Amino acid sequence: MNFDLSEDQRALQEGIRRLCEGRFDMTRVRSGFDTSVWTELADTGVFSLRADGFGWADVSLTFQELGRALVPGPLVWSHLAHGVVDGVVGGLERPRRGEPAIVEHPGDLDALAVIDDAGVALVRPADLDPGAPLTWPLDPLTPMQRIAELPAGEPIGDARLATAWRQAGAVLTAAYEVGMAQACVERATAYALEREQFGRPIGSFQAVKHLLADLAVRAEVARAAVDAAACTLDDPETGDVRRAVSGAKVLAGEAALGNAKGALQVYGGMGFTWEVDVHLYLKRAWVLNTAFGAPAAHADALVS
Amino acid sequence: MDLRLSDSDEAFRAELRAWLTRALPELDSPPARDDWPARVRYDTDWQRRLFDAGYAGMSWPTEYGGRDASPTEQLLFLEETTQAQAPYVGVNFVGNLHAGPTLIAEGTDEQKAAHLPRILRGDEVWCQCFSEPGAGSDLAGLRARAVRDGDDYVVNGQKIWCSFGHVGEFGELLVRTDPDASKHRGISWLILAMDSAGIEVRPIETLLGSSEFSEVFFDEVRVPVVNRVGAENDGWRVTNVTLSFERGTAFVGEMVDARRLADELRPLVHDATDRHELGHVLAQLDALWALTMRNVTQASHGTPGPGALMFKLAYSEARDRLGELSMRVLGRDAFDVHDYRVEERLRTLSIPIAAGTSQIQRNIIGERLLGLPKEKSWE
Repeated sequence: MNFDLSEDQRALQEGIRRLCEGRFDMTRVRSGFDTSVWTELADTGVFSLRADGFGWADVSLTFQELGRALVPGPLVWSHLAHGVVDGVVGGLERPRRGEPAIVEHPGDLDALAVIDDAGVALVRPADLDPGAPLTWPLDPLTPMQRIAELPAGEPIGDARLATAWRQAGAVLTAAYEVGMAQACVERATAYALEREQFGRPIGSFQAVKHLLADLAVRAEVARAAVDAAACTLDDPETGDVRRAVSGAKVLAGEAALGNAKGALQVYGGMGFTWEVDVHLYLKRAWVLNTAFGAPAAHADALVS
Repeated sequence: MDLRLSDSDEAFRAELRAWLTRALPELDSPPARDDWPARVRYDTDWQRRLFDAGYAGMSWPTEYGGRDASPTEQLLFLEETTQAQAPYVGVNFVGNLHAGPTLIAEGTDEQKAAHLPRILRGDEVWCQCFSEPGAGSDLAGLRARAVRDGDDYVVNGQKIWCSFGHVGEFGELLVRTDPDASKHRGISWLILAMDSAGIEVRPIETLLGSSEFSEVFFDEVRVPVVNRVGAENDGWRVTNVTLSFERGTAFVGEMVDARRLADELRPLVHDATDRHELGHVLAQLDALWALTMRNVTQASHGTPGPGALMFKLAYSEARDRLGELSMRVLGRDAFDVHDYRVEERLRTLSIPIAAGTSQIQRNIIGERLLGLPKEKSWE
């Protein structure tokens, strides 16, 4: 048993971190997703990691870094679809009959994957009714479109593929969320060291220090859950895949949301501004908590 | 990064399981909680059986009779023995996990020879005399005074929360030997024979109705200077050396029990809110198990990570949620403390307090891991 990053994994983590710092600073991230983001990530091999022989644990580490930098786009779906369909791939769970579908990044997709219990189907964006774009999406970096009824699409896999994508998608989303949670710890800590009130850095006050400690612990515990889930996907004999995946999605979702809110509190009035990035983490956390099973659904699954 | 055990770890586990299958049926049923003479016999008998089978002193170096097991084997030992519901370390706790390792690191050859083999065989029970009424979280503020008189120290003062104080034959005693030095620099670490004249031990009645803790009063107690471990006034460092023996396994037994309790709640949970809460608790306990794997791995590599400092706080919170959920699910069945689930709810109230309160843990995480400044000192 060696439940820590290998040398290669540290190098991978470091490489992706440098890529994000160099190419995806907040100015670019704030300008949103476009094809150039996808191309650059694709050129680096982010979407083809599995095809290139890496394991889920490696992909998970990569997505932790992407989440830390809040790189926008349908990254998880594009990774899942790699090798099956080329280009920018979005996706969603097929809504119940009669309910509208909310499609993310509608203008940028080459294909839209739709999962239900029967399997995975691929819908061409041209076949989508134009629907109604959300003119003011909750997360400004995740444009959305409400579509009355999704076409059936072309089946590309059966229920087994649906299960595999749901599980891997939940783990990669959770990985991205853990990265977000960690970014919130780092940003809020830096601010608490720099911001002074009563003549001292606010991070010296136990009320603030303890809040930050709770954020740090939440991120670290969730990270252990995500890494364990990814390792279990790689080697299912070492655990219970369903249980590990659900546990990771529960804790990472809570960590992303809770840490964004905690960071917002540490930033005080500045946290309520558009200028400070924390609201972008918070809003993304709300969005991601609806992807690949909400934390409540996964919590329920853990009991049954 | 993986969770797969090596072949030799699997072999260790199989051999241990086989031994437990043979050894456990030979034990008498566990004694009543308050029957301390019987508990001492029971726990030390178990220690002797572990010794005979080669499982005593898992973390101790072989030159002192230990097994020098890898952190992963230590983890497996605790996991398997707890899962098999083998006896807990019980009254052997202080000797095996605290005083013994301290003597190994800092004791003289005579001190080691006098105590280590006896601790390992279950022949000698130790207690801890660290905390004082005025020195809890601020342990270094302790005031029990030891004054040199010839070849002895003469000790006066009071200790509290002495684990196994009423059954220990020896105690690890922290005293102030230099009242003029700064508080961390005037402390010494002594081996205390609990049958020395001038010691009075009064058991503490906890909210469980009984306990393993005592108050210990010192009235002109003479402790030979040769019983000092480490240099005079160097006791704070000696105390902290023991912590370096921790290999990320301190809560393994607790975790195994907590996960079992949580799993047992599954069929009893019907209300949707309680189901969600149980799901969260299961997720947290699974994650803390993973974090244990990580901490053990990093301890094996000699590179402890942040998880080592975070574990206790996170476990305290998860265990509290589990305890509260148990009480809610049991409802009016929760009014009998003989039910182990209720007793566990009461016992675990001490977890966020003992060995560093959750507030102190947050200070440590904030200052040592996040690099935040200390709060203004009042001294």
